[in-house]
Amino acid sequence: MKKILIVGATSAIAHATARIWAAQAAEFMLVGRNEVKLRQNADDLIARGASKTQIYVLDISQTEQHAHLLQHTVEQLGMIDIALIAHGTLPDQAACEADAAYALREFTNNGLSVIALLTQLANQFAAQKQGTIAVISSVAGDRGRPSNYLYGSAKAAVNAFCEGLRARLYQSGVHVLTIKPGFVDTPMTQGLDLPQRLVTTPEKVAQNIVNAIQKKRNVIYTPWFWWVIMTIIRAIPTAIFKKLKL
Amino acid sequence: MTVQSWGRFPNQPQTTHASSWRNEVAADLSKVVMQHSSTLPFGNGRSYGDSCLAVSNHVLHTRLLNRWINADWQTGLIRAEAGMTLDELIQTSLPKGWFVPVTPGTKYVTLGGALANDVHGKNHHVRGSFGAHITRFGLLRSDRGDLVCSSDDNADLFRASIAGLGLTGIVTWVELQLMPIQSSQMDVVTHRFNNLSEFFALSDEFEPSHEYAVAWIDCTSVGQGVFMAANHAPAGELKLNIRKKISVPVTPPFSLMNRLSLKLLNTAYYRKHPAQRTTRQTNYEPYFYPLDAVLNWNRIYGANGFQQFQCVIPNIVAHDAINEILRVIAQASMGSFLAVLKRCGDFPAAGLLSFPIAGVSLALDFAHNERLPALLQKLDAIVHQAHGRLYPAKDAHMSAAHFQNAYQNWPQLEALRDPVLNSRFWQRVTSN
Repeated sequence: MKKILIVGATSAIAHATARIWAAQAAEFMLVGRNEVKLRQNADDLIARGASKTQIYVLDISQTEQHAHLLQHTVEQLGMIDIALIAHGTLPDQAACEADAAYALREFTNNGLSVIALLTQLANQFAAQKQGTIAVISSVAGDRGRPSNYLYGSAKAAVNAFCEGLRARLYQSGVHVLTIKPGFVDTPMTQGLDLPQRLVTTPEKVAQNIVNAIQKKRNVIYTPWFWWVIMTIIRAIPTAIFKKLKL
Repeated sequence: MTVQSWGRFPNQPQTTHASSWRNEVAADLSKVVMQHSSTLPFGNGRSYGDSCLAVSNHVLHTRLLNRWINADWQTGLIRAEAGMTLDELIQTSLPKGWFVPVTPGTKYVTLGGALANDVHGKNHHVRGSFGAHITRFGLLRSDRGDLVCSSDDNADLFRASIAGLGLTGIVTWVELQLMPIQSSQMDVVTHRFNNLSEFFALSDEFEPSHEYAVAWIDCTSVGQGVFMAANHAPAGELKLNIRKKISVPVTPPFSLMNRLSLKLLNTAYYRKHPAQRTTRQTNYEPYFYPLDAVLNWNRIYGANGFQQFQCVIPNIVAHDAINEILRVIAQASMGSFLAVLKRCGDFPAAGLLSFPIAGVSLALDFAHNERLPALLQKLDAIVHQAHGRLYPAKDAHMSAAHFQNAYQNWPQLEALRDPVLNSRFWQRVTSN
């Protein structure tokens, strides 16, 4: 029976993933800002077969609370088999350009809070010498694009951090997975005008995450074809890239 | 995002306003009403006609309200959010030995949709309609807030919301008594028949001993078909079916169902079944949901969409009226590959506007074209004459006069309608 910590447990991708694990009788610590929503998701997981669910209400950008979260989780779960870091917001790029304080807040939400949390989680995992840390990043971190480079740069920071952490924890037998979803139909992307053929569901992304953890993959694009798209986008020379309104 | 009804006729794309959390439905509802003055709940878009289309063309999309709330796997009494589909429900409940007590021909309907249309299935003669198995539900009204409805509390709204076409409020969750099963396999008996009298004889023979009974008929002939009766296998594995689905990827400009393809398909299907009575075992999925194996099958009817005609005719005149309907359809050389005949049982209606009455139900699809309205008019007249009725969940054409004659409780539903909810169907059939 897996013991699983999910941060950002009310996100659509995180919950779809938790549902798969619930059917395998996993035990959960669900972390998020909104207690009522966490409770709704927790009840859903129990009915689906989760052996136990607990909730922990926290705005994860309050990094000084991370130590308590971790201590509490270890006390309750014993050991953490999987930590899924799934919280995030989609900043308004135009607002980021107009307001540095807003930009930094969003950078904290999507980048710094992840780095702070992973720093403490890494020590716990290094000590237990097993388990998986899975981090939901984004294809947006592969290249800074004018339409959302604040979000992209926060995710790029997370990607580089995870790459280093992966190599460090490899020595301890701990697996670090970086997940890069493309366009997913979730409340976060609601109202965006996305190319419908490229949009996938949280359920498909969730299945890819579960499989990638099982196979100990390092970095996944989900769905897989984003690897092709991003390989092409990364290959565009800067002299041309800067003229594209991507 | 925009959505359409399953028949894609009338062509009225609906803009969706998603509601994803139970505690936010009230705010989501007032927001869409503030902007567009009225709306209608929309689940998974399996209503065929215009009963799922809002007068404002802006719907409150409840599909993401698909969480379990509570499940007692000892008793089979479950509570789940209204946007959960029967497919999602079965995926969790079947391995634990529980099945939905009533299922329509697709598992892609939501609990809220099954409630609002009081759907029925192949076991109507044994268990009545879906609404008969609902113990309670949550109803959010713009004028009264969150209510719990049961046969004891808010009993008027309980009865009005079942088959209430989503007009009495937003159903947020449903409590339902599931049915225990011992196996995911079905024991199916098939028997060909050559005319309606044989169908009635087979119904009399099989219904007492079988949970499910339904017949497929060839709408290009008059009355030949295949009778199928089934029971859940008494013992065996409880295993989900995870076969890969295929999909109709695009909508062709014209219908692929024409005079020739219809004749070929119907004849082939009839011949596929052995002339003698045969018994076989099959998984629950191909038995209950043969069409769900092809995602977006509604696209085969082309860009103009299609309409389903489903009526139920009281037993006493059923034989003659159904014969007459089949004769008119065959004469017109229209109709579909899948025509379904089913005898409904004699149960008190679960809702004010429940469709099933004791009698025989016939359902079939027609590609929409310029000849169709005249044919439907002829068929409606036969149904009206026989004191039968059409099914609002499937309808895009019935006249206000026929509706009001068949569903005489409609003013009671109108009186309990939430003032901010209205559908194109309701507007059509309640205007004089």
